[in-house]
Amino acid sequence: MNTKTIQPLIQIAGKNHVLTSPEDLAVYSYDGTFAECTPELVVLPGSTDEVSQIIAWAAKARVPVITRGMGSGLAAGSIPLVPGGLVLSLTRMNRILEIDTGNAAARAEAGVVTSDLQAAVEAVGLFYPPDPSSIRHSTLGGNIACNAGGPRCLKYGVTGDYVLGLTVVLADGRILKTGGKPIKDVTGYDLNGLFTGSEGTLGVITEALLRLTAKPSAARTALAEFASLTDASRTVNAILRAGIVPATLELMDQTAITCIEEAMHLGLATDVEALLLIETDGAESATVERDLEAAARICQANGARSVKVAKDETERANLWKARRSISPALARQAPNKLGEDITVPREAIPEVVGRLRAISAKYGLPIVIFGHAGDGNLHPNILFDKRQAAQWEKVEQMVAEIFDASLAVGGTLSGEHGVGRLKRPYLVKALGPLSIEVQRAIKQALDPLNILNPGKMFPEDSPA
Amino acid sequence: MGAMAVEKPEENAYLNCIRCGLCLAVCPTYREYLKETVSPRGRVALARKGLDGELALSPNLVEQMYNCFACMACNELCPVGIRPAELVLSMRHVAEQIAPSKFKTALFGGLIPFAGRMELATLPLRLYEGFGIRRLVYWLGLQRLLPAYFRDLEAMLPRLPQRPLRQSLPRVTPATGETRYRVGFFLGCAQNVLFADESRSTVRVLARNGCQVTTPPDIQCCGMPARGYGRMDLVKGQARHNIAVFERLAVDVIVTDCATCGSTLKEYGALLAGEPEWAERAAAFSRKVRDVSEFLGEIPLEKPQGQMAARVTYHDPCHLRRGQQVWKQPRSLLKLIDGLELVELPESNWCCGSAGSQLITHPQTSRKVMDRKMANLAGTGASVVASGCPGCQMQLQAGIRRHGLKVRVVHPVTLLDEAYEAANEH
Repeated sequence: MNTKTIQPLIQIAGKNHVLTSPEDLAVYSYDGTFAECTPELVVLPGSTDEVSQIIAWAAKARVPVITRGMGSGLAAGSIPLVPGGLVLSLTRMNRILEIDTGNAAARAEAGVVTSDLQAAVEAVGLFYPPDPSSIRHSTLGGNIACNAGGPRCLKYGVTGDYVLGLTVVLADGRILKTGGKPIKDVTGYDLNGLFTGSEGTLGVITEALLRLTAKPSAARTALAEFASLTDASRTVNAILRAGIVPATLELMDQTAITCIEEAMHLGLATDVEALLLIETDGAESATVERDLEAAARICQANGARSVKVAKDETERANLWKARRSISPALARQAPNKLGEDITVPREAIPEVVGRLRAISAKYGLPIVIFGHAGDGNLHPNILFDKRQAAQWEKVEQMVAEIFDASLAVGGTLSGEHGVGRLKRPYLVKALGPLSIEVQRAIKQALDPLNILNPGKMFPEDSPA
Repeated sequence: MGAMAVEKPEENAYLNCIRCGLCLAVCPTYREYLKETVSPRGRVALARKGLDGELALSPNLVEQMYNCFACMACNELCPVGIRPAELVLSMRHVAEQIAPSKFKTALFGGLIPFAGRMELATLPLRLYEGFGIRRLVYWLGLQRLLPAYFRDLEAMLPRLPQRPLRQSLPRVTPATGETRYRVGFFLGCAQNVLFADESRSTVRVLARNGCQVTTPPDIQCCGMPARGYGRMDLVKGQARHNIAVFERLAVDVIVTDCATCGSTLKEYGALLAGEPEWAERAAAFSRKVRDVSEFLGEIPLEKPQGQMAARVTYHDPCHLRRGQQVWKQPRSLLKLIDGLELVELPESNWCCGSAGSQLITHPQTSRKVMDRKMANLAGTGASVVASGCPGCQMQLQAGIRRHGLKVRVVHPVTLLDEAYEAANEH
């Protein structure tokens, strides 16, 4: 793109915020995955108004716009589908505009780092619960566009549950405001819900009004060992059926335990099939304590080999150590990993884990399994070495089989990461043609020129 | 490119990056500019593409390696063990090998390593202070007429010593009382010409605690400046020289009161591991190196009897906290002083923006990073900020003047020395 063509963009966003050097373009060619695709230019706007003008320009020039934040996405959703296009990075839009303590709500720009918002609201005794593991290196805009989850969402729900209102720049540059501070609102379609999880294909989310809650003042943690995965799974159900809703209910299967132990030497028992990390939280420490003790008893009643309850902060940190060590442990076991995030009905966890292990055995590459047991969200991670072409080929086949396994037990492709580019080939199988037709109609209505993140979220043969 | 093979970083130093982006959260330059190009992940990607030939090693690509502050926050955090701040230094070395710049040979090979030449080169600064010109300038408010860039540089200068310390410090300072440790003191360049009084304090505190302190005047620069500018070849020469100097002394430990020198000296072992003649000697040398606060924490230390009524905070130099994992010890020293109230500085381990010479080469970024530090500092209400690094001290000093704060900047060991002296006066 020549200087003259982009002159209007420089006028809008300023010279320093329109990037065209090969180096700048190269670093906006990737996100948190292996995929790479180089854009033609990158613009870093400073306000909703600038975004509106940029989109209007792009619509006129028929230039695809791929919106992104910090680029931690795990579905290649924020990089161009084909080389070219305009990458719109909202990272400079990082102002927290309002914290309304009376109504427990915060208004912030899309580029605010999620953990920065959390720190700001916690400073006034409030709480923004969504906690994707990328909390320090992802932005609110990205979290909303992918409807990010996290370990805490069993009790607190996902990002979308906290969206009260949005400012969205539409495909022609007009600025739409949805929702508001009222908690209940059935006036018209749920547009918050429509744009949440839309992965930048329907509009550019530039600002959000978010619901906050009270900050829990107490938390208690326990770690339970299970000789049998089925017992662990049954325990999860029993805890929830007893009316206890832990903030987190994390599962590490034997593959994960062994992987952590081999890399970090924490002294975990590697002959157990599952570890459950249970944490309760709330305003009253007595209640939190009672809930945790009840959960611990349920573990024992369902065949737990041992249950460790943390007595203080140090012990709590120690129990979390295993869970927190997974990422570094995976990294030490193999040069590369590919993590999926299939989600299955809770009871199907043992069944799907069995299938995942069979896939691993069939292809001879390790799959390490951990996840959020309370909501059936599993993270099978394939370990491999990308430099060996044969292994990469296997990985691609394994991914397809992992998705098949999830669908076979009534699960979905993705609980948290989204479809992006990587899961497109499996979409028809997961949703069926009618669902895709409905979604395509929505896309067509909102983005008739198909300039917003074109090609993402839709099957490959689809024009949208 | 010449016939000589270019020394490049190992593939594993960049290929295994999983691009999670975690490093963006802790990178001072990313957090100021919010642009991937100035992030650790971005630099790793550029290094890879530059080395693979996907991108040319253009001046702009090399500049991305130079705008890193090498604070090492990313190194410490990376879940897969990539060390982006290390990789950028290797890339600077690659660039220097392909297109060497002559001025660097002169500056890092001919001037900086030699204490005598550095002392001569900085003579005008001492005259500026010594003849009272500086006082006059401030009295007349002339410093305000300087462009912002030079005003900050001027503000950075500490109260300069009359003479470089090397010229006045005895070669051997005997222990007060019984000699329990034979200490070799590595007097860094900046301490010598800019912070002579502090290093004088360091030697006094060591002597008072049973150390016979030998300060060899013939050392060369630790090598960090040359390393920062891609001249690994010069660093190795300086390392060999310094190892040989200290071998002749027969000392138990080698102590320095400069965070940067300490972190570099401790790396000599790794640096020369590939040279059969030097590997063992370099490793032995590095094993002996201690930051002064680290060493004082290892020996029985006399509790100062003097009082010091002050609220003090502490800034972690990158080269101490991450370069040497030393952060508890300086705090312990401060806690030893009665009356001194130690308050934690929020984000105490966040880079101050000094980053060697970044304050000269990247003044704008450096100032932005410094402003964050100053906001944190102002919040503590401390009247003293301690930090054992001359680079940090100069940067903090400039920031404090810029922001109109009333905070004294000092080496933690100097405070300990003052507490000892305070008792003597009573």
